[in-house]
Amino acid sequence: MINKIVDSLAAAVADIRDGATIMIGGFGTAGMPAELIDALIAQSARNLTIVNNNAGNGDTGLAALLKTKRVKKIICSFPRQADSHVFDALYRGGEIELELVPQGNLACRIEAAGAGLGAIFTPTGYGTLLAEGKETRTIDGRNYVLEYPIRADYALIKAHKGDRWGNLVYNKTARNFGPIMARAAKCTIAQVNEVVPLGALDPEAIVTPGIFVQRVVPIAPAARAAA
Amino acid sequence: MNRMNRDQMAARVARDIPEGAYVNLGIGLPTRVANFLPKDREIFLQSENGLLGMGPAPAKGAEDWDLINAGKEPVTLLTGGAFFHHGDSFAMMRGGHLDICVLGAFQVSASGDLANWHTGAPDAIPAVGGAMDLAIGAKKVFVMMEHQTKSGEAKIVERCTYPVTGIACVNRIYTDLAVLEVTPAGLRVVEMIEGLRLDELQRRTGAPLLKAAA
Repeated sequence: MINKIVDSLAAAVADIRDGATIMIGGFGTAGMPAELIDALIAQSARNLTIVNNNAGNGDTGLAALLKTKRVKKIICSFPRQADSHVFDALYRGGEIELELVPQGNLACRIEAAGAGLGAIFTPTGYGTLLAEGKETRTIDGRNYVLEYPIRADYALIKAHKGDRWGNLVYNKTARNFGPIMARAAKCTIAQVNEVVPLGALDPEAIVTPGIFVQRVVPIAPAARAAA
Repeated sequence: MNRMNRDQMAARVARDIPEGAYVNLGIGLPTRVANFLPKDREIFLQSENGLLGMGPAPAKGAEDWDLINAGKEPVTLLTGGAFFHHGDSFAMMRGGHLDICVLGAFQVSASGDLANWHTGAPDAIPAVGGAMDLAIGAKKVFVMMEHQTKSGEAKIVERCTYPVTGIACVNRIYTDLAVLEVTPAGLRVVEMIEGLRLDELQRRTGAPLLKAAA
């Protein structure tokens, strides 16, 4: 019997090694797999490359991971925010490498990896600092920049419900990067608010089919104080 | 001459958004346009983090932190609204499915180049988000900004001195003084606030203005 449910957070992330590239879902804190990040902090992997839209908020979650100084590089679109002080200090101190990617290019480079594409031509960023030194091409009169896929060893994502085959549905805008990151990583670990029996998820409404998910970890929904 | 305030600017932009339009309102000043959309029009607001049919802010105490906008503030979903992932969200932009996006700006050039993501200051931490995708993706790009900087420098210029977000992507500029259309011939004045003369507007603008077609 196939059972992708892993009961312990620690066990779910135990095989993440030094030097791994890890995608972390979430847009700000919506969809951020905070418990999986805490489990990653609790183990000792270092020299990590992290892919996320942002670079941490406040002092918890991704920000707490950065604070351990075990992240050598972050690939993101919007690091600077009102509460990104952890990243800001590391960046100004030269202690973290930043690859800044326009948000839609981040999304389609992740999608390209998941879809097995070798590269993509995107119109976004053409003529800007973020395309400097990159190959360009004019196709049907429009200008494009060549961008390569972003692949990962692991994706840590947060979904609403999952079953033992790894099928997932999400909650509202917490979906954001989850479905595309799940496809781009060799091993996708999804924390879910609820594990449901096979068949409980409407097959017409499953957002991430289980083939893209290797581990499902149930988390009690956190009682969330208003920010 | 009375400059428009930010609400008046938002109301002016809102007037140009037609029934049935799919619209993305950028973070900051453009967000205010939502408050002035005519109630008798059905307009679809898209938020890049993954929703279409975005409604107003929830009542205090009813916030759902899984239901936020691009500015990471809690919002609501209108009946008929939908959620989607980032691949779909940016396909909506890059694929030319959005009718209008409204963006703030540091500078706009006479040929419609937009600079709104980075001051270029050496100590600044750059952040881009969806600005470059919106700039080149929407069918029409409206810029909404003060006509001049606080110190009186022109924000509408011959050539951007700030790093650009997109090339020749802006269609219209809504400022506290005027509405300008970017045309192949140059910047055409669509309208000016009452009491302002074209030569005065020109003096506050860093690129030549074409007179409005009668």
